[in-house]
Amino acid sequence: MSATLTEIRWHARAGQGAVTAAKLVAESALYEDKYLQAMPEYGPERTGAPLKAYTRVSTEPIEVCNNIEHPDVVIVLDETLLKVEDVAEGMNPEGAVIINTMRTPEELRADELSALPSSVTLATVDASGIAVDTIGRDIPNTPIVGALSKVRPIVAPDSIKGQLVKTFGKKFAQEMIDANLASVDRAYEEVRSE
Amino acid sequence: MSSNNWDVSDYENWTPEEFPVGMCALAGGKAVEYITGSWRSMRPLWDKDKCTNCLICWVNCPDSSIKLQDGQMVGIDLDHCKGCGVCVTECRFEALRLLPEHCDEVKCSEGPVLDEAAQPSTMNPEV
Amino acid sequence: MATEQRTIAATGNGIVAEAYRQIEPDVICAYPITPQTTIVEEFAKFVAAGKVTTEFVTVESEHSSMSACIGSSSAGARTFTATSSQGLALMYEELFVASGLRLPIVMVNANRALSAPINIHGDHSDVMGARDTGWVILFAESAQEAYDQTIIAPRIAEANLLPVMPTLDGFITTHAIARAQVVDDAVVKDFVGTWKPEHALLDREPIMVGGFANLGNTYMKIKAAQRVAADGALASIKTIADEWAAITGRPYDHVEGYGLEDADLVIVILGSAAGNARTVARDLRASGRKVGIVKLRTYRPFPTAELAAALSRAKAVAIMDRSDSFGSFAGPLALDTMAALYAHDLHPQIRRYIYGLGGADVKLEYFRHVYDDLEASLSGAADPGLTYLGID
Repeated sequence: MSATLTEIRWHARAGQGAVTAAKLVAESALYEDKYLQAMPEYGPERTGAPLKAYTRVSTEPIEVCNNIEHPDVVIVLDETLLKVEDVAEGMNPEGAVIINTMRTPEELRADELSALPSSVTLATVDASGIAVDTIGRDIPNTPIVGALSKVRPIVAPDSIKGQLVKTFGKKFAQEMIDANLASVDRAYEEVRSE
Repeated sequence: MSSNNWDVSDYENWTPEEFPVGMCALAGGKAVEYITGSWRSMRPLWDKDKCTNCLICWVNCPDSSIKLQDGQMVGIDLDHCKGCGVCVTECRFEALRLLPEHCDEVKCSEGPVLDEAAQPSTMNPEV
Repeated sequence: MATEQRTIAATGNGIVAEAYRQIEPDVICAYPITPQTTIVEEFAKFVAAGKVTTEFVTVESEHSSMSACIGSSSAGARTFTATSSQGLALMYEELFVASGLRLPIVMVNANRALSAPINIHGDHSDVMGARDTGWVILFAESAQEAYDQTIIAPRIAEANLLPVMPTLDGFITTHAIARAQVVDDAVVKDFVGTWKPEHALLDREPIMVGGFANLGNTYMKIKAAQRVAADGALASIKTIADEWAAITGRPYDHVEGYGLEDADLVIVILGSAAGNARTVARDLRASGRKVGIVKLRTYRPFPTAELAAALSRAKAVAIMDRSDSFGSFAGPLALDTMAALYAHDLHPQIRRYIYGLGGADVKLEYFRHVYDDLEASLSGAADPGLTYLGID
C-alpha cells in the first residue's frame, strides 16, 4: 500500500447515513485535488441492519476496488455495534477509531473496547446529540465527518463544508444548510481524542 | 439505390458482399412480384349477385387478395390468393365458395359450398 | 493536445448517464434492473428536465426494450438502452436480431451475476452469455473507462453496423464513487456527430427489414458477411478510440499490459479486478519478481493477435475468469486466451481460475497466490485444474 493512501471503514446501521457520509468524505477530497473512492457493502436495505461502507482517499490514483480489510480509520455511527462485531478487525495498529457516543475514550477502553491496542487512537464524539441540537434529527453522519477531520486531517473542514453546500444547496433551505455546517464545526471542536 | 426496380432475380448467385447489409430489402411492396397463387389447392369463387359489398372478406384476407375498385369488391387476385378459405368462412351471405383448384369454374358453379372439413390438406412442405 | 476537462467525483452509473446526456441519442428504450437502474433513472431526469431531446420509451420488460430498440434503430434513430443480468438474459433472442439486422444499437451492461441463487452483485456471467451474439463487447476497469468507452460506442456501432455493449462491473464500478474527468458537451457532440443510416424504415423510399432466408445458402452468406464485419470492427474500434484518446489524452488499447517488458508470470483479466491485480504486480515487481498483467478492454471481437503478442514472452500465464462456462475446460476468457496462444504457436504454462462470482470480494492475496502458483508451474508443479479462488 502506498503511504499516501488512507482507508476508512464505516460501521453503522442502515438509515444512519453512513453511505452518504462515506461519499461526503470522498467528494470533499476532490476539493483538495486528491483521488477518492467510496462504496457501501451493498445488501438488502433494511433499516437498522448492520452495514459497512468504505472510503479511500489518496494523493495518487486509486486502482484497488476491493473491500477494505486493513483500515487506517474506523468510524462507528452506532455504539450498540461494539457489542455485535469487532469493529477494529484487521485495522492499522497506528490507526484511529472514532465512535458516536456520549462516553469518553477512557470509558470505552474500560468496557467494550478493552482489547483495542493502545497504539490505536480512540476518539469519541456525541454526534447524535450534536445532530439533534443543530439539525433537529438524530442523523449523526454529517457531524462525525467533522470529527474525522479533526482526528485525521484527511480532508479539511472547509472542503467538507464546501461539498455540503454544493450537495444541499439545490435541495434545502439555507437554514438546513447552516445547521449541517454548524454540526460539522461543533463535532470538530467537541471530539474527545486520546 | 432504393427503388421498386431493385432486381433480385439473381439473388441466389449473390456473394455475401452483394447482399444489402443485414439483408434488408431495398424496396417496398416486393411481395407483389412473388406469385403465390400456384401454392393453391382450393380456390375461392365469388358470386357477385349474392355479395352485399360488406368487405368482411377484404378485412380478413391475409394476402390482400380481395380486389377493390372505388371501394367496391370487383374480384379475387388469384396471382396471390393461397386458397386459405378465410374469406369463405367469414362471408355471411354465401357469396364466396371454395372449389378444388382443378375444377372448371362453370361446371362447378352450381356445386355445393365446401366446408372446412372437406378440404384437402394444403400443408406446404417448404414452410 | 488534449482538450480542457472537468474533474468530477461520480459513480460509474452516474458518469455513464452523463455520457448518454452528452451524446443525446434520438431514442432510449429501457427497463430498470439493479445495478443498471441508476443509468436510465438519471437519464430520465435529464429528459424530464428538458436537458435532452431524446425520446424515452418506457417498456414492460427487457424483452420489450430490446424489441423497441430494434424497431427504433431500423427506423433510422440513434438508439440506446442499458441493462444487466436477468434483463440481458431476457433479451437473448433479440440480441441476435439486433446484430443480424446489423443495427448500431448501444447498450451499456452493468455486469452482474445470474440466478439461481439470486444475487444482485457483480460478475461477468451475464455478459459472457452474450459473447456469441454478434455484439461488440467492451470492458471497463473504472468509471473513467466506462465514460470513454460509452462515448466511442455509437461511433463504433455506426461505422461497422454492429450493436455495441460497453460494460462495467456491477456495484464495484457502477455504484462506487470515483474521480474521473469529463469533457465539454460540445466536444462529445462534435465527436459523435449525427447518425444518418444509408437505409432506414422511415426513408421516403421504403425498405423492408427482417427478411426470410430459410432455404439455400442465403442465410450462410448473410452470416459470413456478419463475421467479416465483426472481424473488421477490431481495427475500426482502435481507430475511433485513438481519435478519442487524442482528445482526452487517455489511450485505449484492445490489450493493455503492465510489466510485460520482462514479466515471466502474467495474469490475464477483465474489468474492475485488473486494478487489484496491477496493485499486487506493482508490489511484487518492487521486490524484484518478474510479474505482469494483461487486461483486455475489447472482448468481442476478440483481439487474438494482440493478446498473443502481449503474451509472447510469458513463461506462465494465469487466466482469471469472473464467470464459469460449466462443463467446459475453463472459463470463457481462458478458452479464448488459450485459442489465441495455440493459434500463435505459444506454449506457456497455463493456470485457470474463477474468482469474484456474485460480487465475492476480490482480495489482493488471491493474486499473490496466483503468482505463486505460476512460479511453481515453472518448476514442474502439476496443474491443479480449474480453481475457484477464496472458497476454502
